[in-house]
Amino acid sequence: MLTTDRVAGGALVLVALLVVWESRKLPLGSFRTPGPAYMPIVLAAILLVFGALLAITGGRAALVASVGWAEWRHAVAIVLVCTFAAVALERLGYRVTVAVALAFLLGVVERKGLVFTVAFSLVLAIGSFLLFDTLLRVPLPRGLFGL
Amino acid sequence: MVETLSNLAVGFSVALSPPVLLYAFVGCVVGTLVGVLPGVGPLAGISLLLPATFGLDATRAIVMLAGIYYGAMYGGSTTSILMRIPGEAASVMTCIDGYAMARKGRAGAALAIAAVGSYVAGTVSVIALMFLAPPLAAFALRFGPPEYFALLLLGLLVLAYMSAGSMLKALAMAALGLLLGMIGIDQMTGYFRFAYGVVELGDGIGVVPVAVGLFGLAEILATAGQPTPPEIIKPRLRELLPSRREWRESASPIGRGTVLGFVIGIIPGSAHIISSFVSYAVERRLSRRPEEFGKGAVAGVSGPESANNAATSGAFVPMLALGVPSGPIPAVMLAAMMVHGVSPGPLLIKNQPELFWGFIASMYVGNLVLLVLNLPLVGLFVNLLRVPYPILYPSILMFCILGVYAVNGSVVDVWIMLAMGGLGYLLRKLEFETAPIVLGVILAPMLEMALRQSLAMSDGQYGIFLGRPISATLLAVGLVLVLLSLKPLITKSLDWRARLAMAEKGENLP
Repeated sequence: MLTTDRVAGGALVLVALLVVWESRKLPLGSFRTPGPAYMPIVLAAILLVFGALLAITGGRAALVASVGWAEWRHAVAIVLVCTFAAVALERLGYRVTVAVALAFLLGVVERKGLVFTVAFSLVLAIGSFLLFDTLLRVPLPRGLFGL
Repeated sequence: MVETLSNLAVGFSVALSPPVLLYAFVGCVVGTLVGVLPGVGPLAGISLLLPATFGLDATRAIVMLAGIYYGAMYGGSTTSILMRIPGEAASVMTCIDGYAMARKGRAGAALAIAAVGSYVAGTVSVIALMFLAPPLAAFALRFGPPEYFALLLLGLLVLAYMSAGSMLKALAMAALGLLLGMIGIDQMTGYFRFAYGVVELGDGIGVVPVAVGLFGLAEILATAGQPTPPEIIKPRLRELLPSRREWRESASPIGRGTVLGFVIGIIPGSAHIISSFVSYAVERRLSRRPEEFGKGAVAGVSGPESANNAATSGAFVPMLALGVPSGPIPAVMLAAMMVHGVSPGPLLIKNQPELFWGFIASMYVGNLVLLVLNLPLVGLFVNLLRVPYPILYPSILMFCILGVYAVNGSVVDVWIMLAMGGLGYLLRKLEFETAPIVLGVILAPMLEMALRQSLAMSDGQYGIFLGRPISATLLAVGLVLVLLSLKPLITKSLDWRARLAMAEKGENLP
């Protein structure tokens, strides 16, 4: 049966194998004088053992099918917004990026009214910029257009 | 004793200066808000507000961040008592009897007892911190790389042992965190590891994007689509005074919770959660009327709330004296101190006494500020909860992005936060704890450096760890913990960690 522990254990084994594969480019050193790849490989081996143990002993954990994903639409939208923010932050500037991201979440995902969405997005984007950049002197990106 | 008191006097001269007092106050208010709002725990709160301290000197910055930390511990009880929603994880146990008291019309009394218990525990544990940290730091001057390696390894083992649920899962998460901590330039040879040409990864992945991703973004991803919170029970100011019987019943639990919380706080692990759980279990065991627990027992509020606040100060002991964080929140505090050029460890108290003692004194002041602030303003804080979550979470998300970007002015950190948020979301679904990952990320470079320096000292002989009494003792304790964790597998019984996991899920304890 596919349980949560078995899925997680399998994923951890894959991560461990990936680390071992990627470590081949680095000098391993020796048991007495470890090189840069030594610790990652030791840790990957430990992770591999833990992952395998989880996969073997995880038969009594909850079934993967029983895990609820009711919020997946919101989760996908939030991941998209974060991706947009990472791409746009330095190109469009903090204020434009945050205003657009908020407008999307409030207007499209949460279906709030147009006036509220626009007003709230602008106030939060400009207000947080004023607080952090202007008052607290934390430099925030202005983007290509100086916004 | 006289020296400690004269140092404390110096500390108060720093803490009571108007600018430091102002930042302690701001930290306490923000911390209370962080604690009240479900989904923004102290870890994400401190991480997000770290950039706001960049313009401050080290003392003010640390005082403000510490204020956020213990302010969140106070604030977390409000939502637990009035809504049965823990504002932060350590308030889980308060939900049970705090909410039951609120339903009986004793919400004000429960809030007052939680606040007074938190104040007493906070103040007493600061006294303990004041007397314990300097001798521990003096002792730690004897530590070399082998002792630090053993200490860090023990820290990870204790964290895994103290985590709710399976130790195997917690250890796997710690190993994953340590692997993430391997990213970046190898400090001894200069090789880039797993950076794939991204220059920003040279310094490794920061603890702030990891913490905000795993705790802040993952929480938003998991809760944004959930139904809105239940109705809030709003207390009246005149109901805030507990009865004489309630005071009497809460006195001993506050004392016991303070001692338990402080001791558990020193030990690595999710100290706040564990301390409140242990306190609840102890109070129920000692009570003459255990049947009242779950139905509004005063001791079920006063004990756990005192314990989780005392644990806050306890967690500062290894961080300040040894430079070793005992959990994810002290790890972020440690990173914050490093950002401000402060290196916690045995030499901190000697080299920067005004910072250390100013910090200690500010905790006395902060606890008083919180007591004065929390009770009269509880109505105001509760009103925050009336903001619908569909409006609240986009705002919190924007602050996550802002906070993570601003630490290094790098978009790479936003990508790391996003990756960690996705990972944290999936791990929550699979019922894994993510705290060991955060600790692993920060301990990895220290652990590797200590190992390689030890081997360099001993000409490659691993026996150095067993040949030195302190490191051998620490490793022996670690081995005992691993063996203890195997006990439930043999006896087929529920140990305290399994019970804690059940309590966190809201399941009935057998």
